[in-house]
Amino acid sequence: MRADPAEYKFVSPGNLQAVLSLLASEPAQWLPIAGGTDVMVLYSAGKLPNRKLINIWNIPELRQIEVFPDGVRIGAACTYTALRKHDIVSREFPLLATAASWTGGIANQNRGTLGGNIANASPAADSLPALLVYDAEVTLISARGERRVAYRDFHSGYKQTALAADELIRDISLPRRFSEYVSHARKVGARNAQAISKVCLAALGQIANGTIRDVHLALGSVAPIPLRLNETGRTRERGARSLERLAAGGSCSRDSCLLRFANLGREHGLAKTDPR
Amino acid sequence: MTPSPGTNAKCEVSFTVNGEAKKLLAHPMERLLDVLRNDLKLTGAKEGCGEGECGSCSVLLDGMLVNSCLVPVAQASGASIDTIEGISAHVLMHPLQEAFLECGGAQCGICTPGMILAAVHLLEKKPEPALAEIREGLAGNLCRCTGYMQIFEAVAGAARRVAK
Repeated sequence: MRADPAEYKFVSPGNLQAVLSLLASEPAQWLPIAGGTDVMVLYSAGKLPNRKLINIWNIPELRQIEVFPDGVRIGAACTYTALRKHDIVSREFPLLATAASWTGGIANQNRGTLGGNIANASPAADSLPALLVYDAEVTLISARGERRVAYRDFHSGYKQTALAADELIRDISLPRRFSEYVSHARKVGARNAQAISKVCLAALGQIANGTIRDVHLALGSVAPIPLRLNETGRTRERGARSLERLAAGGSCSRDSCLLRFANLGREHGLAKTDPR
Repeated sequence: MTPSPGTNAKCEVSFTVNGEAKKLLAHPMERLLDVLRNDLKLTGAKEGCGEGECGSCSVLLDGMLVNSCLVPVAQASGASIDTIEGISAHVLMHPLQEAFLECGGAQCGICTPGMILAAVHLLEKKPEPALAEIREGLAGNLCRCTGYMQIFEAVAGAARRVAK
């Protein structure tokens, strides 16, 4: 059943403090909406549980990308287009810029936001493995104050996150220490634009004396949450010749099982055994 | 009439459509697509999938290509909107429309308004796009008739024509 717009409240306070006060006064009642690329899909299908929406598309501090000597801070409502266009992001965080280019078509990249992707918590989201390998931190803000959470601890289960009912994701911080690393991104889907990943890989490593070390690997679409492969990264650091081969050849129990999906997808162009 | 419980009032929304100032009453969560089609009778933007996958409802919102089925009208308040109806306002046809006709880029026509707006958006950013850039620029717009080649050819042809 299509939604009846008359049954929905929509407010647009236009500043962060007012948004946080409203979230605090009626926790879990108000659903923040930025570019609407997830929320409006549910809404149109009549499947949106919330009846009250609060606009965060027009909050300036959520739309900034700030560059500091040791990191970049990406406002949660920055769009994929903004990420792709940003000089430092595309130069120093190519896995994120590449994932942004995979996410939907141009129209959805113009509206879809990084914070929205995180809050929506789909394990198939293309940009989330990149955030895992870049050791991202998220800043959560509420009327009570703010706190920083390592992104690897943010997702606790399928569509379950560290976000409290009165909290908003304010920004995502990435440390600027990977610019000399080699990186590799791979998505297997029916097509690049507008198709959900069957598996996607973000791989990052430092080359020293001909070997790859300090390996960071993460996969999307293979588990209930975006998955950082810590063990595989550590045990496969020595002697690897390419990051993708390294990812697909993981030999640890849990990781290697998941990596077979990546491997199958890589060899056959489509992950045919994908449980979806 | 008293609104029934759970019913929220309409509010006034103003924006510019194809250069003309518009003011209307709408529920804030009405989709921009529905307001354009039903209230303003601009039926060029089509509803294909209704979930941002097909691009047939594409319009330009402050110059940005968007799927109007995913925009609550309240977020378009104060914005400048361009639809297919405004693309050839002062000429018989926009060069892209001419090229689509010549190359057979428009067949059943459902995707065409969105395709043209995606192409307008692309050519504004990249006046002489490579084929890969055309493919990427139109990747969010699905066509079930042409097989896409005539569309890519039309966009490349229009770009050449405008560049001359």
